[in-house]
Amino acid sequence: MSLAARDITIGYDKKTISEHLSLEIPAGRFTAIIGPNACGKSTLLRALSRLIKPVTGEVLLDGKDIHGRPAKEVARRLGLLPQSSIAPDGISVAELVARGRFPHQKLIRQWSAADEAAVVGAMAATGVTELSGELVDTLSGGQRQRVWVAMVLAQQTPIVLLDEPTTFLDIAHQIELLELCVRLNRDQDTTMVAVLHDLNQAARYADHLVVMKSGEIVAQGDPREVMTADLVERVFGLGCRIIDDPETHTPMVIPRSSLG
Amino acid sequence: MSPDQTERPVSPDPAVSPDSAVSSDSARRPVGSGLAERVDFGRRVLVLRGPGVSARLSLKPLLVTVVLMLLALAVGVLALGTGEFTLSPAQVIEALAGDGTRAARLVVVEWRLPRVLLALMIGAALGLSGAIFQALTRNPLGSPDIIGFNTGAYTGVLVATVFVGNGYYLLAGGALAGGLATAVVVYLLAFKRGVQGFRLIIVGIAIGAMLASANQWFIIRMNVQAAYSAALWEQGSLNGLGWAQVTPAAVILAVLAGVLLAYGPRLALLEMGEDAAAALGVRVERVRLVYLIVGVALIAVATATAGPISFVALAAPQLAQRLTRTPGIALVPSAAMGAFLLMLSDWLAQRAFAPTQLPVGVVTVSVGGVYFVWLLVRQARR
Repeated sequence: MSLAARDITIGYDKKTISEHLSLEIPAGRFTAIIGPNACGKSTLLRALSRLIKPVTGEVLLDGKDIHGRPAKEVARRLGLLPQSSIAPDGISVAELVARGRFPHQKLIRQWSAADEAAVVGAMAATGVTELSGELVDTLSGGQRQRVWVAMVLAQQTPIVLLDEPTTFLDIAHQIELLELCVRLNRDQDTTMVAVLHDLNQAARYADHLVVMKSGEIVAQGDPREVMTADLVERVFGLGCRIIDDPETHTPMVIPRSSLG
Repeated sequence: MSPDQTERPVSPDPAVSPDSAVSSDSARRPVGSGLAERVDFGRRVLVLRGPGVSARLSLKPLLVTVVLMLLALAVGVLALGTGEFTLSPAQVIEALAGDGTRAARLVVVEWRLPRVLLALMIGAALGLSGAIFQALTRNPLGSPDIIGFNTGAYTGVLVATVFVGNGYYLLAGGALAGGLATAVVVYLLAFKRGVQGFRLIIVGIAIGAMLASANQWFIIRMNVQAAYSAALWEQGSLNGLGWAQVTPAAVILAVLAGVLLAYGPRLALLEMGEDAAAALGVRVERVRLVYLIVGVALIAVATATAGPISFVALAAPQLAQRLTRTPGIALVPSAAMGAFLLMLSDWLAQRAFAPTQLPVGVVTVSVGGVYFVWLLVRQARR
């Protein structure tokens, strides 16, 4: 299962965000896309997940143009946690998670044993089984995000893309969610791609970094090699030292202070 | 098919699990064990499974739909017995079954049955149309009768009458063209980096008001007799409809219902946002366009047949949702509620000031108006 962008130009309306971008998502790894605000990282993820169509070039899923394939077939291979989703009023956790099964269902096959097993498995993996019958409206932000992740997992896709999954979560839930991603990546060999804001979290949990600035990819590779003081200065305009994360021995960004 | 019913708490399902001797506590065992355990949906569900076939139905919406349909039929039977020639429900059923006196059969089957069937069908069509647009706009006010689509459909009818002539298909075509043109104009005017629900509603109300005055102008320009029937029709009335209107309406509505059935749960997925729906394999643009066309076609058939009937499309989906507690707007209960509301309104229209028959639209406006005010007040408070 492979996902790649070949020479794509992407943008909204007439505003071009990135030109002639090429990228190969390494299979079976956890890739984090990082960069300053408005660098085009979410736009790239939207293009990879076929939410926007490149003006030129193609996004290839298993070597074939992602826009040329049946939508449900793509949805069986590639799952996405969008930045904003709306939980309908009065929907229960299990009902929402079950909606992730849509790409596997047909008109006369709406709730097979496989659907049920996938929903049960996805709720267990994200720790929301206990909340199964609760209404999504009544949950906390962290719980709700886990439910949305469960919906994506119920889709049972070999590739999962997450658009800023930690944004509205407090720090404990951020770590919990990222560790969940790492576990899914390790245990089920799921290819993970996430747009992340926090450099230290990206360096800690991802095993492949894609660094963007002004619509271009400026560096990619193993966090230990990519995350240097020079790069952070160049991309984010932030002077810093890189030290060893005492917990995971990954690079850790310590911003320099201008206060005496 | 093995119908079986789950209740909270979770219990294992012998029809699903390959190992039917599982005890109930195994259902709580940590998951990933490969066993297909029952899921707690927070409400009672009915799971039907056969070879290659499966369905999951929430019990409450199912029951509410059945009860509403039975109530609508019951009112229908009452309506069949109502009028100058009064019949008891037993006599009505006898006549429907082909027994009873010739006079009773003539009155019930030939004269009154078409009107009852049309009330049920048009009510269901209005309920469906309202559900579609309220789901697409994610707003209870985003209803075709509020955002001017049925006024526009009526404009199409008037234009067809004035410039072309008469006949069901011509009027239906005029209604469809008028409704679609209104929808296009409203969408274009409301479009600003995507269509926002509330913006669309405000624009729709404005366009609807303009079209309503255009309709008045058309009626003034007509000759007296045409103007009289048009004005009567504008109230929305089932008076004087016969089998000639039943068949085409039934055929068109059946086709539209078939499209909705084929599209399955896509409307509910759209309610979760465009990105989420697209990620699940819904072709958002195309699917939304199809729902838009079907929604306008439903209201157009209703308008071409009975004139612009307000507030059923607005109220039915919301009332159904409150009774069924479905997540989001559900199509089937909305259709059943629409059928029941219009049937009841039409019966009241016939009975309230008998022997004077009111147009059914007067009843739906009077009752629905109260609901509309309540809804506006509630929305304004948000």
